[in-house]
Amino acid sequence: MKSLEELKKIREEAIKNVNLRKENDGIKIVVGMATCGISAGARPVLMSLIEEVNKRGLENVTINQTGCIGICRLEPIVEVYPSDGEKVTYVNMDSEKAKKVIAEHIVNGNVVEEYTIGYVEK
Amino acid sequence: MNFYRSHVLICGGTGCTSSSSDKIEEEFNKIILDKKLESEIKVVRTGCFGLCEAGPIVIVYPEGAFYSHIKVEDVSEIVEEHLLKGRIVKKLLYKESVSDEKIKSINNVDFYKKQKRIALKNCGVINPEDITEYIAMDGYLALGKAVTEMTPEEVIKTIKDSGLRGRGGGGFPTGLKWQFTAQAEGNEKYVLCNADEGDPGAFMDRSVLEGDPHSVIEAMTIAGYAVGANQGYVYIRAEYPIAVKRLQIAIDQAKEKGLLGKNIFGTDFEFNMEIRLGAGAFVCGEETALIASIEGERGMPRPKPPYPANKGLWQKPTLINNVETYANVSSIILKGSEWFKSIGTEKSPGTKVFALGGKINNTGLVEIPMGTTLREVIYDIGGGIPGGKKFKAVQTGGPSGGCLTSEYLDSPIDFDTLTELGSMMGSGGMIVMDEDNCMVDIARFFLDFTVEESCGKCPPCRIGTKRMLEILEKIIEGNGEPEDIDRLERLAENIKTSALCGLGQTAPNPVLSTLKHFRDEYEAHVNEKKCPAGACKSLLSYRIDPEKCKGCTLCAKACPSSAIEGERKEIHFIHDDRCIKCGACMEKCPFGAIKLA
Repeated sequence: MKSLEELKKIREEAIKNVNLRKENDGIKIVVGMATCGISAGARPVLMSLIEEVNKRGLENVTINQTGCIGICRLEPIVEVYPSDGEKVTYVNMDSEKAKKVIAEHIVNGNVVEEYTIGYVEK
Repeated sequence: MNFYRSHVLICGGTGCTSSSSDKIEEEFNKIILDKKLESEIKVVRTGCFGLCEAGPIVIVYPEGAFYSHIKVEDVSEIVEEHLLKGRIVKKLLYKESVSDEKIKSINNVDFYKKQKRIALKNCGVINPEDITEYIAMDGYLALGKAVTEMTPEEVIKTIKDSGLRGRGGGGFPTGLKWQFTAQAEGNEKYVLCNADEGDPGAFMDRSVLEGDPHSVIEAMTIAGYAVGANQGYVYIRAEYPIAVKRLQIAIDQAKEKGLLGKNIFGTDFEFNMEIRLGAGAFVCGEETALIASIEGERGMPRPKPPYPANKGLWQKPTLINNVETYANVSSIILKGSEWFKSIGTEKSPGTKVFALGGKINNTGLVEIPMGTTLREVIYDIGGGIPGGKKFKAVQTGGPSGGCLTSEYLDSPIDFDTLTELGSMMGSGGMIVMDEDNCMVDIARFFLDFTVEESCGKCPPCRIGTKRMLEILEKIIEGNGEPEDIDRLERLAENIKTSALCGLGQTAPNPVLSTLKHFRDEYEAHVNEKKCPAGACKSLLSYRIDPEKCKGCTLCAKACPSSAIEGERKEIHFIHDDRCIKCGACMEKCPFGAIKLA
């Protein structure tokens, strides 16, 4: 270890590994992972959400799985729960859409209207 | 680099490991591999979570789901339901974390809510065998700050201002110790860590070393910088194999990263560290005996002064602190002395770790701010006494400490209050006793321990404690004479004032404090030949209730010493002179006719 900067660099990298274990009151993202969700392709959606959140170093976001959300025909479903305010439900998701949700909704705060259940079911 | 969506933390403390948490880890790894989840789920073996009663413990993040009493057979269900489908397996959760259909995360369980973790902050959170996880939790930042931005004097001043006191039991101001060692003349100095925790029922230091070994390494290196030492030794007992192993791994990793060795953080400062194994003698926790043992001599205390700060290891100035004391240092350097002083009480700032044991529901490891009351620890965190029994006393300070009765339950816990009440902080053992515990027997238990552990150097301890034990045994066996209590008291006072080291000077404390609070129990043993708690076998006798006895002869058949007489269908009788008090008759009697009196 040659300098404090070197240590801080290692720390930056290492933090991503343990962030999951910290108390987190921020945004919760939930992916439907019942049989219906998994067979519709929820796993790649989940993985790209995680990858994107980690790449961007978003510390106040937790990603979780849940069981059947109830509208199996629209799976994979992703629900976003902000720390305050109403949840947003995205349907018929895939990896690319998941990345866009992170970039547009989570980072910039703009709900991606065309993926939401309200828009799709109009 | 892999991004994991979930972390499975498995307790790797001594308690959970002895109930096969290692096999649970293997099973998780195997099933996760089977289900091809290895790139999504990370399995981590941590240090002690503290709630040992609920072990083996498994925590799943990000939910913080708190699984307790997990068996190898439960693993597949957790993987299939929780990790694969996202459904927490409620029936395996710690009972208190499921209430009103809502699931609480581990941090919201009562046991943890009242705690404040400084020394244990990383225990049960990080993998102790991975230095990068420690670094992620701000590890080694304090060392970096100390050696690059602070002078040794500033480091000492910060520790002094924080008011940190030695957590090994004495409560001596840590900053002063650092200052004395720094001021002592000599170009060769040493930093020692006392990890020779030996009180019966204490496992605080062990858990810190098992769960967060780098915190001790970092603090000792900071101490080396502050006092001007280049070599550190951790004196740890060989009977703590997991702690020894993880500490060695941690030292090796720190060396590899250049956090030990030459030119730390690009400065001229050099610090090296080695482990010294102790054979497990209690007296080696006394600092001068510990030093003698490291030097290869027999572990016996030396008269003080000179103090180790002036003449310690190899007659050189030596700083010696306990594990938990060191575990507080890096947080103080990073957050400042004012922050530390804001926790706890004015004269005892900070927190204290206690190993909670005995008649208590939540056996385990707790860290509380100083000034918390005994009641909060025993009832709110410890969950009270099992079986609805009545609280009788709590023993703190191990074989050097004393008992506190229910009238002191609302006293705040800090160094000075506990001493005033006739007990002491000690290193942090806290043993709870209920109405079934005989206080004379408790005193005998601790005396038995000190007699065994006395090194034999000074007569008051070698001979005096042995005589005390003999008197106690005599009382317990029902042969006590009225003068015995006075004799015991006199001996105790004499040993206290004349023994060479702390072990001898404090050895009579369990007797003195039980005499103070429970003299009536001693008197009952001596005068009435009765044990009020019903614990001392020799003072009990078995009686057959003539109303209930049906003359079935089962008791007489069960008696190994033919002490029961009686014809079939007639009331039986126990001969006290032949009875060996084994209780076999009582177990056999189908009518509940045999009683203890």
